[in-house]
Amino acid sequence: MSIPTNDQPGVRTGIQASDKPLGRDDLARLVARDIQPGSFVNLGIGQPTLVSNYLEPEQNITLHTENGMLGMGPEATGDQIDGDLINAGKIPVTELPGASYFHHADSFAIMRGGHLDICVLGAFQVSATGDLANWHTGAPDAIPAVGGAMDLATGAKDVFVMMTLLTRDGVSKLVEACTYPLTGIGCVTRVYTDKAVFLTGPGGVQVRETFGCTLEELQAVVPVPLRAADPS
Amino acid sequence: MLNFIDTVGEAVAGIKDGSTVMIGGFGNAGQPFELIDALLECGATDLTVVNNNAGQGDQGLALLIKEGRVKKVICSFPRQSDSWHFDAKYRAGEIELELVPQGNLAERIRAAGAGIGGFFTPTGYGTMLAEGKETRYLDGKWQVFETPIHADVALIKALTADGRGNLVYRKTARNFGPIMAAAAKHTIVQVSEIVPTGGLDPEVIVTPGIYVNSIVRVAAAAGKTESVA
Repeated sequence: MSIPTNDQPGVRTGIQASDKPLGRDDLARLVARDIQPGSFVNLGIGQPTLVSNYLEPEQNITLHTENGMLGMGPEATGDQIDGDLINAGKIPVTELPGASYFHHADSFAIMRGGHLDICVLGAFQVSATGDLANWHTGAPDAIPAVGGAMDLATGAKDVFVMMTLLTRDGVSKLVEACTYPLTGIGCVTRVYTDKAVFLTGPGGVQVRETFGCTLEELQAVVPVPLRAADPS
Repeated sequence: MLNFIDTVGEAVAGIKDGSTVMIGGFGNAGQPFELIDALLECGATDLTVVNNNAGQGDQGLALLIKEGRVKKVICSFPRQSDSWHFDAKYRAGEIELELVPQGNLAERIRAAGAGIGGFFTPTGYGTMLAEGKETRYLDGKWQVFETPIHADVALIKALTADGRGNLVYRKTARNFGPIMAAAAKHTIVQVSEIVPTGGLDPEVIVTPGIYVNSIVRVAAAAGKTESVA
């Protein structure tokens, strides 16, 4: 499958795509629009879950949830709530026509075997070469919990990260090398943030578009070399 | 040998101190609460428990942990907003944790049931969860050696069993049931319905009865009445 880039319909020409940073919902809408029709997708817990609100029926996207289902529908409400039908965040969900259920080893074989087109994950940090840190702060008193993060990071064909670019203290989460414990090495292909969309990989970090800042202003806060994405 | 047993208490009576017990369920979906309650009642202690989580709220596995019956948990996601009993034991140094990426947990359980002595996987390579483990460059990637997880007993929940112990599950409550049934020496299943032999379509059976040792019917063991995390 070809990867959508900045020649997709709806992305403005020029690197600065909006005059202000994107909110969480606008970012989710952008990620949703970038997912190729017909894709099999896993949305991580938290901010990535918002993406499902903006997937259009004509995109024909199939959502995977690692506890054992393809064809997951929206969150369940009222009488739809069924304790036997939950997502990876343990939230009651619904099933769509064409859904399937399978056991946990099959569900993870779907990830680990490279069958998922895209997973969208949150992150504490992403490195210039696409290393991901998103499961553990490394704090000595923290109780570690990893879930399926390492399997998703390693197994999906494309790993998209959604995060704010800066911590509350104004420090970039896109870094030269992760200081938090790693989830996976060289696995992230794209980073969607409130200030810019970054393409990561062996060739360094490219900026596909910015929101409310110029490339120069972005470079002033991000401690890795940035360049405008190659036109495609 | 397949046995149909009248009560959950009799079903778990043979579980010995020091056993490794696999418990099905992801969150509350598929968690065999009645069997866990019976395990609590029967007094077995010093247990190693294999589950995706480490108990939620004040029921099921969480109570087993609270009562000090679990010496070690092998799981992928112990920390949840309502995992206070595990949190307390862990911080007090009273419970051992083996943290396993979820796909490795599932595949290690599957490997045990399939007679596989270990496998290499890229999951976890270069992370602290692979420290000390053998690695090889295979198939264009660095991969980590993982070993099977065997168990003495599995406690699982299914929807329906037939007279031969064949099982079907319900929606995402299936989760670890089929692989745990195969990985344990003795598999105890609670079901909400038992139908005569021939009452399940052979084409839709998920767990063949060869993996099942004990079946106990628990009314409303599956379905909409279950509480949600």
